[in-house]
Amino acid sequence: MKLFSLSSLKRSTGYSIRGGVHPETRKHLAAGCAIEKLPMPKLLRVPLQQHIGAEAAPLVQRGDHVLKGQIIGKARGAVSANVHAPTSGEVIAVGPFTAPHPSGLPVATVTIRPDGEEKWGKRLPRLRPEDASADEIAKQVLEAGIVGMGGATFPSAVKLGLGKRYKLHTLIINAAECEPYLTCDDRLIQERPEDVADGIAIMAKALGTARVVIAIESNKPHAIEAMKRYIRQAGPGAEVMAVPTLYPMGSEKHLVQTVIGKETPARALTAELGVVVHNAATAQAVHKAVRYGEPLLSRILTVSGHGVERPANLEVLIGTPVSDILDHCGGLTGEPERLLLGGPMMGMPIQSLRVPVIKGTNGVLALTARETRRKESMPCIRCGKCVASCPCGLQPNELNLRIQSDDLDGAVDIGLMDCVSCGSCSFTCPSNIQLVQGFNYAKGRLAAKQSQKHQQEETKRLAEARTAREEAIAEAKRKAMAAHKAKQEAKKKAAAAKKAEAEAKAAAEAQADGAEAASQDAPQQPAATPTEAAE
Amino acid sequence: MNIPAIISGPHTHSRFSVTETMFMVMICLSPATAMGFYLFGWPALFLFAVTLASALVFEALCLMLARKPVHTYLFDGSALLTAWILAMTLPPWAPWWVAVVGAFLAIVVGKHVYGGLGQNMFNPAMVARAALLIALPVEMTQWIMPVDLAITPGFGEALAITFGTPPAVDAYSGASALGYVTAELSAGRPLSEIMGNSFDVKTLFFGNVSGSLGETSALLILAGGILLMAMRLITWHIPLSVLAGAATLSGALYLANPEAYPSPFWHLTSGAMMLTAFFIATDYVTSPASNLGRVIYGAAIGALIVIIRTFGSFPEGAAFAVLLLNGCVPLIDEYTRPRIFGRTRSGKPLEIADE
Ligand code: SF4
Ligand code: SF4
Repeated sequence: MKLFSLSSLKRSTGYSIRGGVHPETRKHLAAGCAIEKLPMPKLLRVPLQQHIGAEAAPLVQRGDHVLKGQIIGKARGAVSANVHAPTSGEVIAVGPFTAPHPSGLPVATVTIRPDGEEKWGKRLPRLRPEDASADEIAKQVLEAGIVGMGGATFPSAVKLGLGKRYKLHTLIINAAECEPYLTCDDRLIQERPEDVADGIAIMAKALGTARVVIAIESNKPHAIEAMKRYIRQAGPGAEVMAVPTLYPMGSEKHLVQTVIGKETPARALTAELGVVVHNAATAQAVHKAVRYGEPLLSRILTVSGHGVERPANLEVLIGTPVSDILDHCGGLTGEPERLLLGGPMMGMPIQSLRVPVIKGTNGVLALTARETRRKESMPCIRCGKCVASCPCGLQPNELNLRIQSDDLDGAVDIGLMDCVSCGSCSFTCPSNIQLVQGFNYAKGRLAAKQSQKHQQEETKRLAEARTAREEAIAEAKRKAMAAHKAKQEAKKKAAAAKKAEAEAKAAAEAQADGAEAASQDAPQQPAATPTEAAE
Repeated sequence: MNIPAIISGPHTHSRFSVTETMFMVMICLSPATAMGFYLFGWPALFLFAVTLASALVFEALCLMLARKPVHTYLFDGSALLTAWILAMTLPPWAPWWVAVVGAFLAIVVGKHVYGGLGQNMFNPAMVARAALLIALPVEMTQWIMPVDLAITPGFGEALAITFGTPPAVDAYSGASALGYVTAELSAGRPLSEIMGNSFDVKTLFFGNVSGSLGETSALLILAGGILLMAMRLITWHIPLSVLAGAATLSGALYLANPEAYPSPFWHLTSGAMMLTAFFIATDYVTSPASNLGRVIYGAAIGALIVIIRTFGSFPEGAAFAVLLLNGCVPLIDEYTRPRIFGRTRSGKPLEIADE
């Protein structure tokens, strides 16, 4: 138990946020380890879905030879990201593989056997950021397949294009790294501050923001120091801000509140307040993409936990299997209680060591039972600790109660959808209730329900559209028939009227003309239906 | 619908567990309890032991009846803590069966009838105390003067006091501070006179007075309470608002007529008030979960205690005040939901203010 934390005494600034927790950071395990480059693994498994949005479309086949940096998956749709070959080698398989994706479901994956030559394919054209336009920078970032590298994996190009739609004034660089154990952003900033600073300047240019705030938690004095030294390169309006060491400081909306003191409205984007948040590692990736034309091929991650022999910070190629990473770090100390990708608060447990790391993987953790402190759940004692720790102002105990009694709508009424799954409530609950587990389950069920409802509505809409079309066709036919009849009638009349006077004849002719016009209109309508049906 | 069961985070946990929490509360209670043993001798210790032991027996029986894992729940500390608090509010030389009946009322009626840990609406210890006060008015008000060490009952005599027929309790008995003042006030004597020749605030605060087993020393209870807050087991909201509620109301009364109403200090320095503020009203299960709710709840309890003490027929109102407010907790919780991030109190998304 912590009576008070030393880190909170260190100088930190910013507006305060509600709630939050102080898990033991355990950063000392890896904080002192300089970034190492992992040797080339024997196999790389590169999933085509490493980001939020649509899966990239595969561009290679089994047996193809690919070059380093060659595009192997093409972004599909507005929110998607390109995927590139991290090194040169042979594609030995393209097919579903269990991915480090929250669903745990297999996704299409390109398996590459590296040839060890690291032969570069065609790079992207280099840009001079000083001369490049915002669009050119965003396009380069899109081509490079860069996504949010703090773990959110939202395609960065989309976020860099926000300047077009919103009036932005501040770019916040999220280097809070509030998850325990993780030190990769800390090391990156200490070891390559100039790259990060340059990337930040480029992003600020693309966004058109005058102010740049690099937010680092106060427990990383070395990173703060390093960033301050290179702050001029990040732009004239750039500053470093030591934000309080508090989980979940790295949550986007909470970081924005800490830095500018404003709360982003529910369901809105921070951009609506004029603020965009990017991760520090993303900044470095942007730097590489713009200056050197290098797509996103590798990332830095932290290997830590008492379950690994030798904690480290590694630079690894995207698609490296977890087993290679652990082998490099001396292997496991025993059967770990939890094996995770990401941090211990929001990371994802993995069952197999064969899963690859992806663009958003910032950590590989092997935690022992002493670290997870998993205990049997007890009944809720209504202590209110979850309420006090929730950064979103929710009542996790009450939400849990409603979800347990299957009252999902009731849970939504008191804010289920505003939960960011940060885990503060479960972390602090003395009864060890798996609150977040329940919330995620409920959200999943609601999403499924939603899509089912959507499907039903879609079916109904299509059925109605079809009925309408069929009616239109019938109507058109009827009209055509009527017109035809009118014509026939007119002809008959005309024949009958032949004997009649010349004035009567002229009148009959005029009537026939009108009918002709109507019969020309009629076939038009049915002709339109096949295209509609194709929709 | 088939949603795959995914293990969600967090994959680490704070050190706090229910059991540790309960035991830490007990640690915070021990100074005042030890003082009770010191002041009232062996009988107090026996009574305390009987209360705790019988509570554990009842807890085990209830768990078995409910087919819950006895192992996990019996030593979670919740039954012990309930019994501990109950024991602290009993007259120190009460006979053993008062303790057993009290434990039965607390554990069986107050807790397991509602469904066990976390399910009860009313504070079990206070359910027992209130029921005992109503059912056994004589036994529950047998106060004794703190034992003069020279005439401390010996071990054997103490056994007789707790378990047998009390030999000559009258020799020691005296009115509790609260009972005395209430009785004298209703007899029409002015307060300055009553206070002047019997109690002074200082003794009340340090605890060398007659009263319940663990309620005599306001100072030691306060110390335990501060420790409780320092360990972040409770927040300041309930204790401070209880004390503030009591101080405000009694202060107003005192200002109106100092001869008829005791001063706020007299109220605040009573052990019963302190125990209620820090240890009873703060019971997790039966108090509101949000900070605003806690302030309302606490202030109401504090004010109610003063009202019952001043105008009611019972000398001590804490149990009734707490029970009454326990009943209001669902309502308080409903109206004091915290504001959701990014939304107004009514749940609408915040407006974006134009610069
Ligand atoms: S923290 Fe756990 S035990 Fe406490 S109120 Fe929340 S859910 Fe209940
Ligand atoms: S997981 Fe959801 S409910 Fe729990 S603390 Fe985080 S935001 Fe609040």
